Amino acid sequence: MNSEMIKKTVLPLLVFLFILQVWSGIAHVVADFPTPSDTYVAAFGGINEAGDEMVGVLSDPFYVNNQDDKGIFWQIVASLERVFAGFVLAILVGIPIGLFVGMSKSAQYALNPFIQIFKPVSPLAWLPLLLFIFQDINMTAISTIFITSIWPIIINTALGVKSVSQDYMNVAKVLRFSPLEKIVQIILPVSVPFIFTGMRLSLGIAWLVIVAAEMLTGGIGIGYWIWDEYNNLNYHNIIIGIIVVGLIGFILDIVMGKIADYFDYTKKGRA
Amino acid sequence: MSEKFLSLEGIEKRFPIPGKEDYIAVTDVNLEIKKDEIIAIIGHSGCGKSTLLNMISGLDAQTKGAILLENKHVEGPGPERAVVFQNHSLLPWLSVYQNIEMAVKKVMPQLSAPELRDRVEKFISMVNLEHAKDKLPGEISGGMKQRVGIARALSIQPKVLLMDEPFGALDSLTRANLQEHLMRIQQNVKNTVIIITHDIDEAVLLSDRVIMMTNGPEATIGEILEVNLPRPRNRVELQSNPEYIRCREAILSFLYEKFAKDDE
Ligand SMILES: Nc1ncnc2c1ncn2[C@@H]1O[C@H](COP(=O)(O)OP(=O)(O)OP(=O)(O)O)[C@@H](O)[C@H]1O
Ligand SMILES: [Mg+2]
Repeated sequence: MNSEMIKKTVLPLLVFLFILQVWSGIAHVVADFPTPSDTYVAAFGGINEAGDEMVGVLSDPFYVNNQDDKGIFWQIVASLERVFAGFVLAILVGIPIGLFVGMSKSAQYALNPFIQIFKPVSPLAWLPLLLFIFQDINMTAISTIFITSIWPIIINTALGVKSVSQDYMNVAKVLRFSPLEKIVQIILPVSVPFIFTGMRLSLGIAWLVIVAAEMLTGGIGIGYWIWDEYNNLNYHNIIIGIIVVGLIGFILDIVMGKIADYFDYTKKGRA
Repeated sequence: MSEKFLSLEGIEKRFPIPGKEDYIAVTDVNLEIKKDEIIAIIGHSGCGKSTLLNMISGLDAQTKGAILLENKHVEGPGPERAVVFQNHSLLPWLSVYQNIEMAVKKVMPQLSAPELRDRVEKFISMVNLEHAKDKLPGEISGGMKQRVGIARALSIQPKVLLMDEPFGALDSLTRANLQEHLMRIQQNVKNTVIIITHDIDEAVLLSDRVIMMTNGPEATIGEILEVNLPRPRNRVELQSNPEYIRCREAILSFLYEKFAKDDE
């Protein structure tokens, strides 16, 4: 093991110990705040500081007691399903809009003001309106994620189209490409890395938003689960929820990054 | 062989400048190019060489005059006037093979799969790039890229090959190497070629006629020089050839005495 590797493992460990220390300090000062060891027991099971036998949230994630009481695995699945549904819808709608905005000056002039105005609105501001329209928790969450995800996809797709160099378009002109051939053979390959950057951004924000959205909509999902644990005074589970949400977000980002690299011609053949 | 193969008749190009008078880049350009002729266009930077070539390729439209190819008006770009761009313009996500294949497929949709493959491979070997055919443009040298550009342009069987300073970005050794490639290809399959260059030796070495342009604005053809050198030409032997020396001097005198550019 070289010194770089040692640094990479030892330094985060030191920070981890420091965080535990601060955490213990807070638990000491704030009454009823879960200690690290209580939280560990709540996650993986065992005997907690009060001497009670506990089943860990993470050691029994698959249980289903009834419609409203399911293990954390099912909560996460529910959230991921909504995120993916909204995300895929946003891709299907956002990429064509982005291509259109990028290729046509008129489309850009027509749509840009609205993109710029709606983009900075927190998707949660839409949530009550969507709830009113759909009267359904799932549809509301999915459409909230759709609105969250669509802006970075539109903007980055349009950016990708704009980055197509005039030289490539000249090649297309000399070969007399039809508009469709131009899109498929030139514009899309150039734009794909940009589109994936937009998708990666979208997915990251969508995962941030779903937690808050589910706290508002209730029912099932990791966001609601965290909120529910607050109401049940299970504060240690909130911490477990935070860590789980973080880990999943991290994994989503890595997977999305790998997929993006796979489709990015600029990352190929340079190694 | 028709004498009137490609003709430029009274070509003018003016660029509108917002808030000012139009900029007339070139004016009154008249030129007849024979089939299988190699024409070099030389002139100081900014005189309108690229502008002229872009009008022949159809990527830009003239504001006056007519361009006729085999007695037909040239309107808009098309594969019968293939262009080799200065910066090669290969599609970086396609391999060498795929870059050529894309062009052949589009221009000759009637080819069967084996015919297509044979044609692409023929043009890859024409520029000696068999070993690099599966590489991406990012993985090969500048000279190799330009060779692919030439192969791509020739693969679609153009009536005219248009080259805008095709070797301008290359070092002099690679440049010489590409000139040899071009002459060898030309020896085997005749093409009508218009090549823009800044390089006097390149103009004389490659061409049958050198078109010398006056300085802009309102640039036009100043002189036309016939290069009466037999082919194949050998760059080393040419150095002492009186005709070669005469041609060089004629161009030198045109560019640096008659139409010297003092702001350079
Ligand atoms: N789109 C345009 N709008 C206005 N002026 C232009 C435009 N394109 C070219 N020009 C002008 O026309 C003149 C000729 O340009 P052109 O690019 O044809 O020169 P060139 O001979 O190819 O020069 P170089 O050897 O540097 O490539 C220049 O003065 C240039 O500034
Ligand atoms: Mg030029």
